[in-house]
Amino acid sequence: MLELSNIHKTFNQGTIDEKVLFSDFNLTINDGDFVGVIGSNGSGKTTMLNIVAGDMPIDSGSVKLDGVEIGKLKNYKRAAKIGRVFQNPSMGTCPSMTIWENMSIADNKGKSFGLSFGLNRKRKDFYRSQLELLGMGLEDRLNTQAGSLSGGQRQALALIMATMIRPDLLLLDEHTAALDPKSSDTVMMLTEKIVREKKITTLMVTHNLRHAVEYGTRTIMMHDGNAIIDVSGAEKDGMTINDYLKVFNEISIECGN
Amino acid sequence: MIDIASIAIGILEQGFIYGIMAMGVYITYTILDFPDLSVDGTFPLGIAVSFVMINSGLNPWLALIAAFAAGGIAGSFTGFLNVKLKIRNLLCGILTMTALYSINYSIVGKASDFLSMDAVTIFSQTSPIFGGALAPFSKLIVIAVIAIIAKLALDWYLRTKSGFLLRSVGDNEGLVITLAKNPGTIKIIGLAISNGLVALAGAVYCQYGKSFNVSSGTGTVVMGLAAVIIGATVFRKIKFVKVTTGVIFGMIVYKACISIALAAGLRSQDTNLMITILFVLTLVLNEFVFKKKKAGVKKDA
Repeated sequence: MLELSNIHKTFNQGTIDEKVLFSDFNLTINDGDFVGVIGSNGSGKTTMLNIVAGDMPIDSGSVKLDGVEIGKLKNYKRAAKIGRVFQNPSMGTCPSMTIWENMSIADNKGKSFGLSFGLNRKRKDFYRSQLELLGMGLEDRLNTQAGSLSGGQRQALALIMATMIRPDLLLLDEHTAALDPKSSDTVMMLTEKIVREKKITTLMVTHNLRHAVEYGTRTIMMHDGNAIIDVSGAEKDGMTINDYLKVFNEISIECGN
Repeated sequence: MIDIASIAIGILEQGFIYGIMAMGVYITYTILDFPDLSVDGTFPLGIAVSFVMINSGLNPWLALIAAFAAGGIAGSFTGFLNVKLKIRNLLCGILTMTALYSINYSIVGKASDFLSMDAVTIFSQTSPIFGGALAPFSKLIVIAVIAIIAKLALDWYLRTKSGFLLRSVGDNEGLVITLAKNPGTIKIIGLAISNGLVALAGAVYCQYGKSFNVSSGTGTVVMGLAAVIIGATVFRKIKFVKVTTGVIFGMIVYKACISIALAAGLRSQDTNLMITILFVLTLVLNEFVFKKKKAGVKKDA
């Protein structure tokens, strides 16, 4: 369970550009929730993700994961329990290392990185079977450098790597935004499959309203540092893209856009 | 003929010694993407440590190990400045290099000195093994064996889990964070190994040349970079040749070029200018030949 309580965050404090983004923001994500977060630019959705991951300090408030306060921990320490896939496909893999090497390091997360052999030979067949599920032919290219894969292939690999050791929380930061429509759908379907099979609590920021509608168990729309829509269950299933768009447009008119 | 043969042996000897140093530069420049100038200080640090130990009659092999350790400490200091004190990487190397100038001077106690001709070195200890036809190659064999051991050890390390992390840090620091590892610590380890190798090369050089000069480190990093780039561009093309092997070959090619230029009448005071011109040329070539292949990677990075 992820609990954000009384989060305060102001950018450029004390300058003419001062912007209060979060003032007393609260959000609770229950175990097993697959939350799609939508909202316009500057609404705070990516900032929220960065606050959870520890890439951005907060002014005050608390971030708890499974009851443990993580708000003061460094990003790499929080990562022990958090998996993450970024918008940029090259962020999730090591380009100069092979697929096999990439999967081996991901598989070793949480264990010691000592002087034993880096390449995991025992699990080769397992890696192959994981790649087979993608239907991208990567299972026969274990010795190919990740840098020579296409964006969609790399993002699929990044997703497998981020969830190889089941994280308590998975953060997806517009992870399909940089892909072409077909790859974007493939990666999204893969996401759904992994999240459901491994029962991973997931927070997914997306600009794709259709993805937010079609996937996930809960949808949140952010605006000016607040969750102005927060629907789940039957209520979420009843919402269409147009319902979200209507709210979007209302906000835009308010803002004078 | 004998003259040419002895020149060739000299080139190989120096190529292997500086090749060990170039592998250190390969770790920082290529793997860590950290332009580390400490090298200009850690090479003479290795010389200084080795010099003092040989002078006091200590085991010459122990001197190599001590030099490696001293280089490791100096490298960690560069890493500490960058990672913990958040000083820019280029400046960190310059600071360490500058500090080492004084430290190297203090270690030996003067700006330049010679070892006595009968000092016990790794070469004097091993030369009785090589008799007859092998005698002219005795130094070369010892140097080559040390360089190859260093190369194999580095190859091995880069294939361990810890080595995988080192490669990831330069490649994609963000990924290392998601693996719940502190990229700063790994960077410090990488800089330590790199400068350890550089100081080891210095220690071998000291016993080979039997002299110490506080300014002998000037230009070391440029030489190392040249070898790394020659190794990466020329020898990388050949399959089954490891980059580390390429880097040592790169240094031999480099040393050969300098020897040829000197033999062709280049004044030794002009070599630095020549090196710079050659270096720029290789970099430009590298940009067109080598980077093109990686264009797909860099585009969306």
